[in-house]
Amino acid sequence: MEEKKDILILAIESSCDETAAAVVKNGRDVLSNVISSQIALHTLYGGVVPEIASRKHIEKINEVIQQALTDAGVTLADLSAVGVTYGPGLVGALLVGVAEAKAISYATKLPLVGVHHIEGHIAANYIEDRELEPPFVCLVVSGGHTHLVVVRDYDTFEIVGRTRDDAAGEAFDKVARAIGLGYPGGPKIDKAAREGNPEAIHFPRAKVADSPYDFSFSGVKSAVLNYLNSCKMKGETVIEADVAASFQRAVCEVLVSHAIQAVKDYQLPKLALAGGVASNSELRRLMKEACEKEKISFYYPSPLLCTDNAAMIGAAAYYEYQKGTRHGLDLNAVPNLKLGER
Amino acid sequence: MSKVLALDSSGLVASVAVVEGDAFGSNLLAEYTVNYKKTHSQTLLPMLDEIVRMTELDLQTIDAIAIAAGPGSFTGLRIGSATAKGLGLALDRPLVAVPTLDALAYNLYGTDRLICPLMDARRNQVYTGVYTFQNGLLTRVLEPAALDIREIAEKLCEMKRDVIFLGDGVPVYQRTLEEVLLTDLSLHGNRYDFAPAHLNKQRAGAVAALALQYLKEGKTQTAAEHCPEYLRLSQAERERAEREGKG
Repeated sequence: MEEKKDILILAIESSCDETAAAVVKNGRDVLSNVISSQIALHTLYGGVVPEIASRKHIEKINEVIQQALTDAGVTLADLSAVGVTYGPGLVGALLVGVAEAKAISYATKLPLVGVHHIEGHIAANYIEDRELEPPFVCLVVSGGHTHLVVVRDYDTFEIVGRTRDDAAGEAFDKVARAIGLGYPGGPKIDKAAREGNPEAIHFPRAKVADSPYDFSFSGVKSAVLNYLNSCKMKGETVIEADVAASFQRAVCEVLVSHAIQAVKDYQLPKLALAGGVASNSELRRLMKEACEKEKISFYYPSPLLCTDNAAMIGAAAYYEYQKGTRHGLDLNAVPNLKLGER
Repeated sequence: MSKVLALDSSGLVASVAVVEGDAFGSNLLAEYTVNYKKTHSQTLLPMLDEIVRMTELDLQTIDAIAIAAGPGSFTGLRIGSATAKGLGLALDRPLVAVPTLDALAYNLYGTDRLICPLMDARRNQVYTGVYTFQNGLLTRVLEPAALDIREIAEKLCEMKRDVIFLGDGVPVYQRTLEEVLLTDLSLHGNRYDFAPAHLNKQRAGAVAALALQYLKEGKTQTAAEHCPEYLRLSQAERERAEREGKG
């Protein structure tokens, strides 16, 4: 029997503030994973500035791609396809990766596979755990997204819950700014919370009346702002660590309870985390406890695969490639691309 | 013989061209210019592909990739640059960065007038410069910059020479220039005109022709190091600089 040929994919990701490229073998083996982060630059502005992000992407992109090829020990001639994030994200930022990927694909005659950013985050779990296969429930939590997704197959998704207002990571950023911790809010709150009492202040756990899986984080964010304001009025000292810990507990408890409920209702024995907020230590701890209690297999990517990276795009591109997804020279960036849309 | 592929997506026009040339002359093999809706991300590579098929072009025979390197629409510039960088990386060829305004001015090769390209930069500004031809060589009289339309008009009035305007800033400012800003120039007896349709917008052919000259002079970049020249900070950087200036 003929030996099955390895599928090597060069993946490019530039949807927000990380310029990233990776080479991934057969969707699961990361041969290289290069990330050029712009966090330090955007910290000056208290958040990601789209135009600055786009300018930085164009500066770094070739360097990052070349490094990914070198680290993997391959040349373009060894590749099977080029994968690229084409949405959702910042349109100017996405366009850099998309134009670059299309030009490489055109000049090398390699097939082009456009990838949904969230599909990439979910696929990070396939890299982390080689045995994981759909179906499972995935909680995608990041600065821009909060989705509860039933992953039916590698390319079939059902979004059963989403945020009605702020993304979870967005709430972390806003609260971090309010208590003076700075940007990026997720890691800063996670760190500050370790020194604080999560039960010091009770912030609301919001439920959305007509949908058991939807989220709302603007209420808890406002509650924190109100609390800070009332402390100021009364002349009371704010213990930042307690605020951080209590806020984090409120957000994580809702995320955990909704996710567990979905796993039970859809009768799927597996739950995965994905996205930047998936590296939050409290979320991981609470989710792990809940899963152990309910006998649910729990999956979560290592921190490097949680934040934006191209290895996850390479993993997702592999499964799209196998299903026959091919994009043309007219592929455009789609800033509000829906999951599962092609 | 050198062969250059050129891309320009700096403004409303998207344009792709291939030019070849040597010491004895140069030749435009193909040029595809479209001035219809700004969807460069979707049109630029299909336009190149059309040229490749029509002229049976083997991309491996290209010696360098020229790019209209700015100023221009920030996003438009990056679509062109990223495309050029991707081609450069995949084909292992150098890039030639041609300033957008230089390439626009080169459309009017050989004129004895001053050439003033005007690119609409919004906020009452234009990306502009002033050029002339000396012994057949394009020469800058005023370096490219983002200027208030009144400022560039004043400078031209001071120069007291005949001028030709071109670029996508012309339709925006032609009336103001004619009725108000250039009266001093007319009073002095100087002519000014606006270039006709076939010469008044970005043409990748001009980018490629200038690039041939740059290539001969060794003015190339690696695909990795190339970045657009925006001639303007991002809004966030501008506001931050203003805050710090005041603080």
